[in-house]
Amino acid sequence: MSTPAPRKQIHLGAHFPGVNNTTVWSDPRSGSQIDFASFEHLARRAEAARFDFFFLAEGLRLREHKGQLHDLDVVGRPDTLPVLAALAAVTDRLGLAGTINTTFNEPWELARQFATLDILSGGRAAWNLVTSSDAFTGANFRRGGFLPYEQRYERAAELVQVVRALWDSWDDDAVVAHARTGQFVRPGSIREVRHDGAHFQVRGEFTTPRGPQGHPVLFQAGDSADGRDFATATADVVFSAHSTFEAGQAFFADVKGRLAAHRRTPDQLLILPATTVVLGATAQEAAERSHHIRLQQVPGPTAIAFLEQVWGRDLTDHDPEGPLPRIDPDVENLDITRGRVRHVKDPRTIAAAWREQADANGWSIRQLVIEVTSRGGFVGTPTQVADAIDRHVQEDASDGFILVPHLTPTGLDDVFDQVVPLLQERGSFRTEYTGPTLRHHLGLARPAPRATRSHADRALVG
Amino acid sequence: MARPTSPRPLHLGVDLSDAGAHPAAWRTHGSQAQRLFDAERLQQLVDTAQRGTLDLVVIDDSFSLQPTRTTTLRGRLDAALVAARLAPRSRGIGLVPTVATTHTEPFHVSKAIATIDHVSGGRAGWQLGWSADDDDARDTAHFGRRPAVSEAAAVAEAEEAVRAVAALWDSWEDDAEIRDEATHRFVDRSKLHYVEHDGVHFAVKGPSITPRPPQGRPPVVVRVRSDESFGLAARHADVVRISATTRDEALDLRLRLRAAAVAAGREPGDLRVLADAFAVTGPDEASARARLDLLTELDGVRWDTDSLTHVGTARKLTDTFLDWWEIGAVDGFVVRPSSLHTDLDALVDGVVPMLRTARAFREHYAGPTLRDQLGLARPANRFAAIA
Repeated sequence: MSTPAPRKQIHLGAHFPGVNNTTVWSDPRSGSQIDFASFEHLARRAEAARFDFFFLAEGLRLREHKGQLHDLDVVGRPDTLPVLAALAAVTDRLGLAGTINTTFNEPWELARQFATLDILSGGRAAWNLVTSSDAFTGANFRRGGFLPYEQRYERAAELVQVVRALWDSWDDDAVVAHARTGQFVRPGSIREVRHDGAHFQVRGEFTTPRGPQGHPVLFQAGDSADGRDFATATADVVFSAHSTFEAGQAFFADVKGRLAAHRRTPDQLLILPATTVVLGATAQEAAERSHHIRLQQVPGPTAIAFLEQVWGRDLTDHDPEGPLPRIDPDVENLDITRGRVRHVKDPRTIAAAWREQADANGWSIRQLVIEVTSRGGFVGTPTQVADAIDRHVQEDASDGFILVPHLTPTGLDDVFDQVVPLLQERGSFRTEYTGPTLRHHLGLARPAPRATRSHADRALVG
Repeated sequence: MARPTSPRPLHLGVDLSDAGAHPAAWRTHGSQAQRLFDAERLQQLVDTAQRGTLDLVVIDDSFSLQPTRTTTLRGRLDAALVAARLAPRSRGIGLVPTVATTHTEPFHVSKAIATIDHVSGGRAGWQLGWSADDDDARDTAHFGRRPAVSEAAAVAEAEEAVRAVAALWDSWEDDAEIRDEATHRFVDRSKLHYVEHDGVHFAVKGPSITPRPPQGRPPVVVRVRSDESFGLAARHADVVRISATTRDEALDLRLRLRAAAVAAGREPGDLRVLADAFAVTGPDEASARARLDLLTELDGVRWDTDSLTHVGTARKLTDTFLDWWEIGAVDGFVVRPSSLHTDLDALVDGVVPMLRTARAFREHYAGPTLRDQLGLARPANRFAAIA
C-alpha cells in the first residue's frame, strides 16, 4: 500500500434544537429552549470539543395546522442575532452561525448587524441565508407577501451583493485613532456606497468598520435548483440535508463540480449536511435507543397531524395505532399546515403509496409516519459512528456535518465525550483551534480588501 | 449630613456611547480609542457602572455615520447586539440600546428587545430611535425604500411601533408553555394571541415567535426633544430623558409630563423622569476646568450641550443632583460623562458613595431586573383573562 494521503479534516457544527417534532420535549431531561443557560451549555460544550461552530435557526411566524396554532411541537424561540452576540461573551473561538431570512430584512441593517457580530465576537460570525416569499409569514411584516416566489433568490443575490459592498466600504485599517493629529479614520478609507438595482436603492457611508473576517461566513440552506445555483456562485458553506453515503457523494461531486464555472475552487465551498447521532454500548443498544427516540418524536397526535398535512382533512377520529385512512386526500385543501415546507407531489399518489407500504408491512399510522419521516443519521457504537463520519469526509460525501440533537440542551454531550476523541485519535479532527476566526476553522481565505479587487467588485455591482 | 431614607430613591443611568459625550474625548489620555469597538472595553465600563449599582447604561445608535462637521470620531456598532453581548457577564444593571422604529420591522424589534431581556434575566430596556428629515439623518438614502419624513410623522410612526411591539410582548401569556404529556401539547394555544395590529404605517399579525420577556414589557425610554416626543413620552415612556439646564426648567417639564400622563389615563408614578447631566469632573474645580479647556482646545470649538452641565468636583455634582432631586425636579439623571474613562470612575467612586451617605441612592441592587431598580411593577398582560 502506498503512503496514505494526509487526512481530510472534518468540520463540525452544533445545531441548537429546533421547533419541529424531532426535538423531544417530553423527555424528563429536556430543558428550556429559551433560557440563556441552555444556549450557553451547548456552546460551551461544543467549544470544549473544538467544534467549528454553533448554529441557531429562525422562523418568523408560528406554525398553524387546521387554522390553529400548532401546539404539539416545541413553540417559541428567541431572536437569532442577540443570542449569538450573547454567546460571544461566554465563548472564545467557537463560530456563531445563525439563520436570517433575506426577504423580510433590508441590506443596510443586515450588513451592520453581521459586521457588529463579527467585531463583538472577534471574527466568528456566520449567516445562514434563507429566503421565503409566502404571504403567511409576510403578515408579520410591513410589506406582506410582496415577493414573487421565482424572485426570492434574485433578491437574495442582490442583497448579498449590497451587503458585501457595505462591508468592503471601510478599509481594514480605516481606524487609526491618532490622538495627536485628531485623525480617527484615515482619510479616504470610508467610501460611499451607491447601489441602484432592481430590488434595492442604497446610498451612503456605512456606519460600521469592516469585521475581523472581512465578510462573515455565508451559509446557504435552500435545496432547490435556484438555491444550489446561488450557493455555488455566492456561499461559503452549503447546509444540505443528509442522505445516504452514495447520494452524499453524488451531491458533493455535483456542487463542487459547478464551482469552476464561477472561477471558484472546490475548497472554497464546504458541504455540511445536517445529521443526527444516536450512540449505544453495542450496535443493538444504539438501535433500540434510536427506535425509542423515534417513538418520542412521533407520539400519536403528531402522527395524525402529519397525515392530515397530506390528506388535507381532519383525521382525529382515526386511531394512530390503527390502519391508515381509507378515505382519499382532499386535494383542494393543501394549505392545512402553514409555516412549513409543503409537499410537492400529488397527495393522492403519496397516500396510495403509503397505504401500500403500511399494508405490506402491517404498520399502524404511527409506525408508518415513523418510517417515512426517518432521515437516517448515524446510529451505533462510538467507534462505528466515528468510522462512518470519517468515511463520509475522507471519501468525499461531505466536508463534515452539522449535528442536530433531539434534546435541549444536553443532546450532543455524548457525541462530544465519546465520538470526538475518536475522530481526534484518527487525526481527522482538530485537538486545538489553530486560529481565532471561523474562517480559520473552516479553511476559508479572508476576502481581500476592496483596494486589491476593485475590478471584481465592479463586475459584481455591474 | 445624613438625610432620612427617601421613599422615592434617586435613579442614575450612564450613557456609554462613543468615548464619552465630548467629541474630543477619544483624543485624551487613557481613552483606549484604538479599542473603541472592542467588546471587552465596553464590558469593563459596564463592570464599573455595576460597581456603582447604577440603574442602567444607555447605548446610542443611528443608521447614519457621524457627520464630519460634528466630530472626528466615526463608526458605530449595532446597539442592540452590543447590549446582548454585555448581558451574560453583568448582573443587576439595565442594558438600554437605542433601536430605531423608522426603517425597521416592529416584529424584529419586538423579538430583539425581548431576547435581550431573556439573555440578561430581565434587564433590557428600549430607547426609541427615529429618523426625521434633517441634515444628520440620511437613513432614507441608506434604505431607499421611501421618502424622508418630518419629526411629527417619524414620532407618529414610533408611537405606532411602540404599541405594536408592546402587544407582541404580551402575545404570549406567561404560562402559555405547558408541556402537557397527557395531551402531548407543548403550549396552551388559548394563551397565545394574534395581535392583529392594523395601523396607519404597518400591519402585524402575531403572535411573536418569542415568549413574553421576563419583565413582561421591558421599560421604554423616550428622549424628549420636541413637542411630538413630549406627547409620545407622556403616553408611552416608562423612563423619560429630558434636557434641562436649570432645576426650575426640569421641575416644570416633569410636572407637565406627569400631568400629560394623567390626561392619557396613566398613573403619574409610573414615569421616571431623568435629566441628562453632562459631567466634567476633577479632584478640584480648577483641574476639572483644565480638563474641559484641553477638550475644547482639541476640538477647536466650545462644547455645546443642551442640558445640565457640571464642571467641577464630585462633591458639587452630588450636591446638584440632591438639590434637583429633593424638590422633585427629577427622578434622577442620565450622566453623560465628557470622557468615559475619567468621568465614569468619578461618578462611581465619588458621587455614588456620597449619594449613599445621603441615603438617596441604593447600596445594593433591589432585585435582578431593570424594573426592580426603577421601582416599576411588572405589567399585567393585556390578553390575560381577568380571573
